[in-house]
Amino acid sequence: MFDALKDRFEKIFGTLRGKGRLSEEDVNLALREVRRALLEADVHYKVVKDLTDRIRERATGQDVLASITPAQQVLTIVFEELVAVMGSEPKPLTISPKPPTVYLMAGLQGSGKTTSTVKIASRLKGSHKPLVVACDLQRPAAVEQLRVLAEKAGVAFYGPQAGQTDPVQVARGSLKYAEDHLADLILLDTAGRLQIDEALMEELVRIKEAVPPQEVLLVVDAMTGQEAVTVAESFHAKLGLTGVVLTKLDGDARGGAALAIGAATGAPVKLAGMGEKIEDLEVFDARRMGQRILGMGDVVGLVERV
Amino acid sequence: SRWEYGVAGLFSDDPVSEEFFEKLEEHLLAGDVGLELTESLLEDLRSFAKREKVGKASDLKQHFAQEIKDTLQRVPKMGEPLSFDGPLGVILLVGVNGSGKTTTAAKLAASFRKRGETVVLAAADTFRAAAIDQLRIWGERTGTRVIAQSPGSDAAAVVFDALQAVKSVGRGVVVVDTAGRLHTKHNLMEELTKIHRVARREVDPSCIETLLVLDAVTGQNGLVQAETFHAAFPLTGFVLTKFDHTARGGILLSLASRLALPVRYVGLGEKEEDLDSFDVDSFVEGLLSLKQEVPSDA
Ligand SMILES: Nc1nc2c(ncn2[C@@H]2O[C@H](COP(=O)(O)OP(=O)(O)OP(=O)(O)O)[C@@H](O)[C@H]2O)c(=O)[nH]1
Ligand SMILES: Nc1nc2c(ncn2[C@@H]2O[C@H](COP(=O)(O)OP(=O)(O)OP(=O)(O)O)[C@@H](O)[C@H]2O)c(=O)[nH]1
Ligand SMILES: [Mg+2]
Ligand SMILES: [Mg+2]
Repeated sequence: MFDALKDRFEKIFGTLRGKGRLSEEDVNLALREVRRALLEADVHYKVVKDLTDRIRERATGQDVLASITPAQQVLTIVFEELVAVMGSEPKPLTISPKPPTVYLMAGLQGSGKTTSTVKIASRLKGSHKPLVVACDLQRPAAVEQLRVLAEKAGVAFYGPQAGQTDPVQVARGSLKYAEDHLADLILLDTAGRLQIDEALMEELVRIKEAVPPQEVLLVVDAMTGQEAVTVAESFHAKLGLTGVVLTKLDGDARGGAALAIGAATGAPVKLAGMGEKIEDLEVFDARRMGQRILGMGDVVGLVERV
Repeated sequence: SRWEYGVAGLFSDDPVSEEFFEKLEEHLLAGDVGLELTESLLEDLRSFAKREKVGKASDLKQHFAQEIKDTLQRVPKMGEPLSFDGPLGVILLVGVNGSGKTTTAAKLAASFRKRGETVVLAAADTFRAAAIDQLRIWGERTGTRVIAQSPGSDAAAVVFDALQAVKSVGRGVVVVDTAGRLHTKHNLMEELTKIHRVARREVDPSCIETLLVLDAVTGQNGLVQAETFHAAFPLTGFVLTKFDHTARGGILLSLASRLALPVRYVGLGEKEEDLDSFDVDSFVEGLLSLKQEVPSDA
């Protein structure tokens, strides 16, 4: 798969080198390949349409530069457009000027919320005193899972008190606990939920109101297909997302969800989950993601040369 | 919502037009059917429309739905609930992280118990934090015996113990909950092969079901997932989980037809009773939105 797109481009533009302009017909041929690559990567079909329209507009009628091949020229445009949707600069997690800083984690069932909560806490424990909070009182042993992971990571843990069944209460309780234990960063792990589950979505809103978060992070599995857009839009409409954690990128999913979510909500992907271990978390890199989505190797190097 | 998802009037009484095919293509893509299969389905439909001189799009509906249903129904045992010919049955649940294996194990245990079978749950996820506790809670809720060792122990050994536990009572079913693993992790796939080997040594191979548990929201990666798991040790079928979601699970079309493996069950929620056998008709009607409209503002 690596560089297949570039090869196909070279075939399309092969005869054009160094003369004339890019004709609409040539560009359309190339865009068919782009469309294929993006759809195979699970980029939402509407986003694919928007993107290919924009690329067509930019590429058609361009003078073919003598210095590089037309294939590279169009590839560069494609790549720049992808990166533009995801935001080319890394977006670090923000810290509230007035402690404690609260992060609210949300997402579908099994997306990686609990794991990511602890990963983030662990990453920030050099500069802060994090407290992870078990607001998932639904899934069997969810509290225990967070407790075990927190212990492994060496970060403080807070869970439901005896008899508590309302996650909103737990979230509230964690504020007091954090104050007493000098924690300045509170991470709320919540139960997985479908975006169409009105009652559970309302529960998140109530948690958000009770403990206003600095960041609302949607945790999304990189293997998610076309529904990523609907999911992100719904969570965004309810909660106002400030960022996204894309998980399970250690696999071979191309991760088109990253693009779709960016286009649908404007919320930047901030972090990438790269494995099951606590240290397997990376700052999201839109340029590398662009390459991955297109299924190709070294475009970044190429773009820098242009 | 920035985009509308409506497919209102897709199969309408309007004449079959290029726009109709475009809309249908988008609809299939939106359901995760994938470009390759979508294109080939549409090509077939186009030539059918031409050959039969079909005038109205509504006249294509029946034919198209039936074509898709046939692809699924051609697969032996499609939608059939599991049953075992021998005294000892094994259900091995495998899949990527978080797909719903543990919950499905509990649901299956509950359903076999309801039929009066002896069931043992094997806690072969010895890796993930609190995975054993999670299965134990399910064991209590469903009144099922759970065989477990301590975290970090050998998964195949747990399965061996569970098999012996059922053998000692004569007959029953062992439902094995395994750790989530990405198909790209070679050593973790090896662990599964080992579990499978233990099962084959102890049980008549025709009584071993190896089901890939697939989240309905999965996109095109589902294909390579299934193919890789299937290559490591033969899968015998699928469970589609989280189908209470709006996702249509279209990847199953390619999967079932390429691998010729049946979908046995669908998961429809987080409770033990939220498991149904897979129904081809309602799956295809859902995929084509023949039953109800996709909300235009999701
Ligand atoms: N390979 C891989 N696995 C991950 C990653 N992040 C999480 N996981 C695994 O995915 C599974 C689900 O992760 P959890 O953190 O429990 O997900 P969750 O969103 O809290 O799940 P629910 O609380 O049930 O909704 C577990 O097996 C994790 O080990 C990742 O980046 N890579
Ligand atoms: N809505 C819905 N949620 C489900 C369904 N099946 C499982 N879940 C939820 O999905 C999440 C993950 O389920 P698990 O059964 O723990 O998944 P798993 O494959 O065992 O996860 P790992 O062991 O971490 O790989 C949990 O929050 C479950 O409650 C389903 O059919 N519908
Ligand atoms: Mg969780
Ligand atoms: Mg599990």
